[in-house]
Amino acid sequence: MKNVHLTLRVNGEDHEVSFPPHHTLLEVLRERLMLTGTKHGCELGECGACAVRLDGRPVLSCLTLAVDCEGQAVETIEGVAEGAELHPLQEAFADLGGAQCGYCTPAMILTAKALVEEDDSPSREKIVEALGGNICRCTGYLQVIEAVEHACALLRGRKESAAGGAA
Amino acid sequence: MSTTKKPGSKSDFFKDPVKHGASSDGGYAVNLAEGDISTGGHDTGGRGPGGEFNSVGKARRRVDARAKVTGGTRFADDLALPRMVAGRLLRSHLPHALVKSIDASKAKALPGVHLVLTGADFPITYGILPVSMDEHPLARDKVRHVGDPVAAVIAADEDTCTKALELIEVEYEQLETIADPHEALATPEPRIHDYGDHGNVHKAVSLEFGDVEAGMAEADRVFEHSFFFEGNTHLPLEQHASVAALDENGLLTLWSSTQTPHYVHKALARSLDMDPARIRVVACPNGGGFGGKSDPFNHEIVAAKAALILGRPVKFSLNREEVFYCHRGRHPVEMKFRTGVKKDGTITSMDLQTLLDGGAFGSYGVASTFYTGALQTVTYEIPRYRFRGCRTFTNKPACGPKRGHGTPQPRFGQEVQLDIIAHELGIDPAELRLQQLVKEDSLTANFLKVRTIGLRRCIEAVVKESGWKERHGKLPRGRGLGLACSSYLSGAGLPIYWNHLPHSGVALKLDRSGHVLATCGATEIGQGSDDVLVNCVAEVLGIDADDIRIRTGDTDLGPVDLGSYSSRVTLMMGNAAIQAAERARDLIATAVAKKLEIPKARVGFAGRRVFDCEDPEKGLTFAEACIAAEGLWGTLGTVGSYKPPASPARFKGGGVGPSPTYSYTACVLEAEVCEETGWVTVHDVWIGHDIGRALNPVLARGQVEGGVYMGLGEALMEEMVYRRLPKRFSQALVHRHPSLLEYKSPTFHEMPRVHTTLIEDPDGAGPFGAKEVGQGPLLPIMPALSNAVFDAVGVRVRQVPISPQAIYKALQSESKDHGPGEFPEIDWPEPVIVKPPWEGGDGRDERKKDSYVARMARPEGGRGSETAEPKGD
Repeated sequence: MKNVHLTLRVNGEDHEVSFPPHHTLLEVLRERLMLTGTKHGCELGECGACAVRLDGRPVLSCLTLAVDCEGQAVETIEGVAEGAELHPLQEAFADLGGAQCGYCTPAMILTAKALVEEDDSPSREKIVEALGGNICRCTGYLQVIEAVEHACALLRGRKESAAGGAA
Repeated sequence: MSTTKKPGSKSDFFKDPVKHGASSDGGYAVNLAEGDISTGGHDTGGRGPGGEFNSVGKARRRVDARAKVTGGTRFADDLALPRMVAGRLLRSHLPHALVKSIDASKAKALPGVHLVLTGADFPITYGILPVSMDEHPLARDKVRHVGDPVAAVIAADEDTCTKALELIEVEYEQLETIADPHEALATPEPRIHDYGDHGNVHKAVSLEFGDVEAGMAEADRVFEHSFFFEGNTHLPLEQHASVAALDENGLLTLWSSTQTPHYVHKALARSLDMDPARIRVVACPNGGGFGGKSDPFNHEIVAAKAALILGRPVKFSLNREEVFYCHRGRHPVEMKFRTGVKKDGTITSMDLQTLLDGGAFGSYGVASTFYTGALQTVTYEIPRYRFRGCRTFTNKPACGPKRGHGTPQPRFGQEVQLDIIAHELGIDPAELRLQQLVKEDSLTANFLKVRTIGLRRCIEAVVKESGWKERHGKLPRGRGLGLACSSYLSGAGLPIYWNHLPHSGVALKLDRSGHVLATCGATEIGQGSDDVLVNCVAEVLGIDADDIRIRTGDTDLGPVDLGSYSSRVTLMMGNAAIQAAERARDLIATAVAKKLEIPKARVGFAGRRVFDCEDPEKGLTFAEACIAAEGLWGTLGTVGSYKPPASPARFKGGGVGPSPTYSYTACVLEAEVCEETGWVTVHDVWIGHDIGRALNPVLARGQVEGGVYMGLGEALMEEMVYRRLPKRFSQALVHRHPSLLEYKSPTFHEMPRVHTTLIEDPDGAGPFGAKEVGQGPLLPIMPALSNAVFDAVGVRVRQVPISPQAIYKALQSESKDHGPGEFPEIDWPEPVIVKPPWEGGDGRDERKKDSYVARMARPEGGRGSETAEPKGD
């Protein structure tokens, strides 16, 4: 089978890639672009470990054909920090025990990022609903929830100080 | 500064290092006085100038957190090397069959295929325990379960491998399949293995500590109950992966998702018949282990062999279905408890029988079997105790160690039976336990040494926090509270291979920049072992975590650590790290004392400075202190080693159960049960864990909550169950649901509130007093749920999982009870007879005393002893 050639926009940068047309976004990210921060736990859409954002929406990259992603913005864990500065979600996951083995963490952070960009004061129920498709075998989830809540507080603080600075 | 109780050796060394074996230029790995291996016994206080803590006990971002939240952690499957090719295994679709022939000619001819391997390429067996080396990397003459690999393809990519696998023709001759221990006991032929006790019995053991029947006769009531704990699996989110390659000098390196690089190193050397000095194994950070990556695996050995043949890197990355077939998870166990009690609830005697479904290979099974009877005695005083356990082979993926290894199953039975006893005798279940707790610094009937026991404080904490006294037995129907307790090892007291070597080693190198390199063979599986290493070194040297760089899990770079199993890493590596760091501290203190012209005892370490405790302004930065010390001693490096103290248990089988110290846990769980459907919802879990000391409280809490979570999965839903296809198909025993969707595990939605109390009662056996926390908190969850269901709706579920179906069956039954029937009759071997300490026993088998002296004269260690009984896990 012949490879397809196309341009994928990943973390704000265009990449020309060549891959077999049946390959998933997960495979292309990991094996062609070497962006191995995106993980796999089942390749069947069951565990959530492969979640990335496509035009802002969290999607399961193991169920998404890479050929369908042309013209859309792909965000992976490698694109979450701003330069060397961690995103508040990353800070909070690191400080509050949100990551143990860290295997589900990239997808958790991306899924949570989609939530907190939409609502920076989500209820616990809303966090549980948003992250409900991401399985973690280490933490028991509670420190993950607290990390998301703490990140929201950091984000709100940031917005307030930005607003204060503008005034 | 040495605080080891052992007299002489270490302080003598530092008084006169040359005389005691160090080279005159200092030396990196100093040759220490004989026998100077730490066995714990450290001062449990801080190493700051006033005995306060520098870093221990402080909530701190774990050292590897940044890599984890940026996607930077490199798991095994994240590795890619130039010219790397892919490998896949052809797995048997039959559960029990002779392999008559394999024709791989078509596969070999497929473009892109580099190599096809079969059992003929692997004549030598391997396995984790010396007594059960019963696996071949690829089946040679026989397959023993669905998923047992028979051939391997190495090709340009995975797609090509998959196509080639379909072209391999294997001719099988089917054999009768054995589905469970009852069939195994009834079907001695065909044997799944040609070794083991007899027929399809892998191992049967019998241990007797005191006259159990006399103890029963002293009892006012004797309670007899059977229980069943279904098997379940680890389900780490990371699927196993391995990359094997030859380095630029042609030496073999294997990177793998393994918890035990040291044992993989041994397995590769054995099964590939290679000099271990020519092999390097690197345990990549594991994406969860829970015991499931503790065995050496066939794909690791096949990858290594392929890399040796092809001279290029080879990667195997298992899919989720294959991970289910690797298994090594919780053994399904049937149990029968007979317990004699006085009217006031005092236990007079306990008689336990267990029957384990081992699956197709030995794995850790002999140790697992002993573990099903080892830890009953460390929580409540049991004056007389008998344990008989039997593990059978069946045609299913092998069972092995999962979080709690062999002990959650009998703990479930014991704690549910205690709840029944308390109810029958009209005693509060918490009081029943509190009145007969094992005492501090005591020996149990089976010669386990209990040091500190924080169980009283654990029970008191959860009783208070949950409102147990006001609410147990008094909640509206449908809602209930259940209580259960447990205990776990802080590391197995004996190594798998019988030897007298350290269980863990740490090496430090101190740089003129003030940076410290710490290396150890310990394996980071997510539990935070790297953070423990850094924390212990930072505490002793008074520096920041960021001043320490680490290299772990690498057989080339660090001293041996036996691996991340049996909750051993914090205690054993921690003690080795303290010894190494205290040696470095001593070298630095000597140099700084000289420079500041003060007595060495006044030198303090804190805040990245080394200073005069009486005049803290007077001092050096840590980097300046390193330079001063290097000027005095030469290149700065130290090592530390740890070995557990000898166990008083001297009988055969006594190697499983001893530990430097035991953690304790108590739990109260609140559940709601729908009487119409049996649906059960867990609302709250109060858990108190005796951790000795929490080195990093954020991580400690994470381990407790993670254990509660995994326990809830087992308690409510997780099942490794199989169905037998009809004879006209293949009679195969296929997994009912080898997928992450259908193998039910709890999500965010099922997680209840968890109220954690860490009980800190420092135990001198552990680093700064710390005990384990990775496994213990899982253990009381399953029995606490069963007991809560009884409190809610008055039915007893004597099996795990305590599923809605099981509850519904109990609700529908006349007896208001659901669980296994009669425990089967088993032809038990002659028992090992050991008198409990209070009957004058000395830990030896009474029957063997005449031959004892002769046996002990036999030389230990070396290859000759590797067929010996496994000692611990």
